[in-house]
Amino acid sequence: MKFERYGRGMAKGMALTFKHLLRHPITTQYPEQKLTVSRRFRGYELVWYEDKCTGCATCAKSCPQGNIEIVTVEEGDHYKVLKFEVDTGRCMACGLCVEACPYQALYMGRGYERARYRRREVVLTKEDLKPSPERQPSGYANPEVEAQLPEQTLLVYRK
Amino acid sequence: MGLLAHFQKWLTENGVPHWASYVVPALAGIIVALLFLFAMIIVFIYLERRGLGRFQIRPGPNRAGPFGILQAFADFIKVLTKEDITPTAADMPVHFLAPVVAFFSAIMILAVIPIQRNAFITNLNIGILYVSAISSLGVIAIFMAGFGSCNKYSLIAAMRGVAQLISYEVPVLLAIAGVLLISGSLAMRDIVSSQNIPFILLQPLGFLIFFAGVASELNRSPFDLMEAESEIITGYHIEYSGMKFALFYLGEYGHMVVASAVMTTLYLSGWKGPVLPAALWFIIKMILVFLVFLWLRATMPRIRVDQLMSLAWKFLLPLGLLNLFITAAEVLWQDNMGWKQFPWPFVFLNLGLAAIFIIIGSKLLFKTGGGRVEV
Repeated sequence: MKFERYGRGMAKGMALTFKHLLRHPITTQYPEQKLTVSRRFRGYELVWYEDKCTGCATCAKSCPQGNIEIVTVEEGDHYKVLKFEVDTGRCMACGLCVEACPYQALYMGRGYERARYRRREVVLTKEDLKPSPERQPSGYANPEVEAQLPEQTLLVYRK
Repeated sequence: MGLLAHFQKWLTENGVPHWASYVVPALAGIIVALLFLFAMIIVFIYLERRGLGRFQIRPGPNRAGPFGILQAFADFIKVLTKEDITPTAADMPVHFLAPVVAFFSAIMILAVIPIQRNAFITNLNIGILYVSAISSLGVIAIFMAGFGSCNKYSLIAAMRGVAQLISYEVPVLLAIAGVLLISGSLAMRDIVSSQNIPFILLQPLGFLIFFAGVASELNRSPFDLMEAESEIITGYHIEYSGMKFALFYLGEYGHMVVASAVMTTLYLSGWKGPVLPAALWFIIKMILVFLVFLWLRATMPRIRVDQLMSLAWKFLLPLGLLNLFITAAEVLWQDNMGWKQFPWPFVFLNLGLAAIFIIIGSKLLFKTGGGRVEV
């Protein structure tokens, strides 16, 4: 007959929960606090390089939703892109336009915050889509970009 | 003489009509009791939600006001503006009255609780009997709600609630009887006055039995079978919404408040304490009792129905009888031993006996674990 079941398990459990009481909360309160996302994270946004784009409109043809609108004019021996608009309200981030682009002018970005307050703000123009410190191409499935990134393992981590 | 009696005397001396000197202090007492109860309920709800959050390594509600202190008020406004639904098949008056009964029984107990030496509404000479009678009214409210809702889940919850109350009332009263034997009075104020050292030291086994029984009667977490979310979707208040649900919620925490107050009065020597004012000591002790309940809720998983019943009848009841017997023997013995002057031998004797009884009881009486179901 073992010496058991006299309340020791209960005391152990209560000691454990008391230890948890002294820990710092692990919740990230999103709009104020943000987790740092890995640079290999494939986000929900597009990054467009104007200098590489020839205005061939392959991306527009490949888009299942027809979200991409391109207007070009002939200028000497090349085309100048006048308008490059993506309706991200309907974009499902499938990445077919990125795969289709023959000149690597389009990349998937790292960002995940696409929500806007106004409906017209979700239609991104040429200026919005250009790379910026916040809008950088993701290293996911993209060996050229990936090779330039420092090594890191965590997908998402806290600073 | 309590503060209300002084107030009544002052009114009579200052030429207030005879009938008014009875009505005005009564109304004042009701308002003061309600305000105290509401204030403590808000403190308890805040502690419960924030504390449970910290136990689960999350911040808890922290948006409404600094540190989330206005969360209870925000919830109150939300619940006030919600639609009040009565099921078509429900028993209308019973369904309507159940939340009222649930809440008013909590206020009624507060009438005999002495928060300070003279701060009570009435010093009833059968105080603790009154408390145990009125606290059982809470389960009538639960049965009314469960039966009047015409819903099978709430009916199951109501039947569970009644079975639970009948089972746990016996060990609770046996534990209370131990306290009464030592204090020699049923009046709540005299029970506190007779505590030179807190009765939790003289009655450790009785306190544990009382604590388990009260946790069960309050439907606190290890025993919250009648609002088991996983089995019967919050049980008896499944058909309640809006203000009626809020009254149930308030009633639940109101019973929590009065249970903490009764426990403080019986076992933790009420308002007595050094340095700080007496009423503050009372409130601090109440909150400490509540924090232990909260700690248990954060730790314990819900037990099964058969475990609940066997814990009451096979473990708490024999131990309660033993505790009563030993306390009675000690009280008979006290003339020779000088109980009031030297209580410490009895303290250590009772602590040792409590440990021995719990171990023996858990070996011989209470065998329900191990996946075995005994009928």
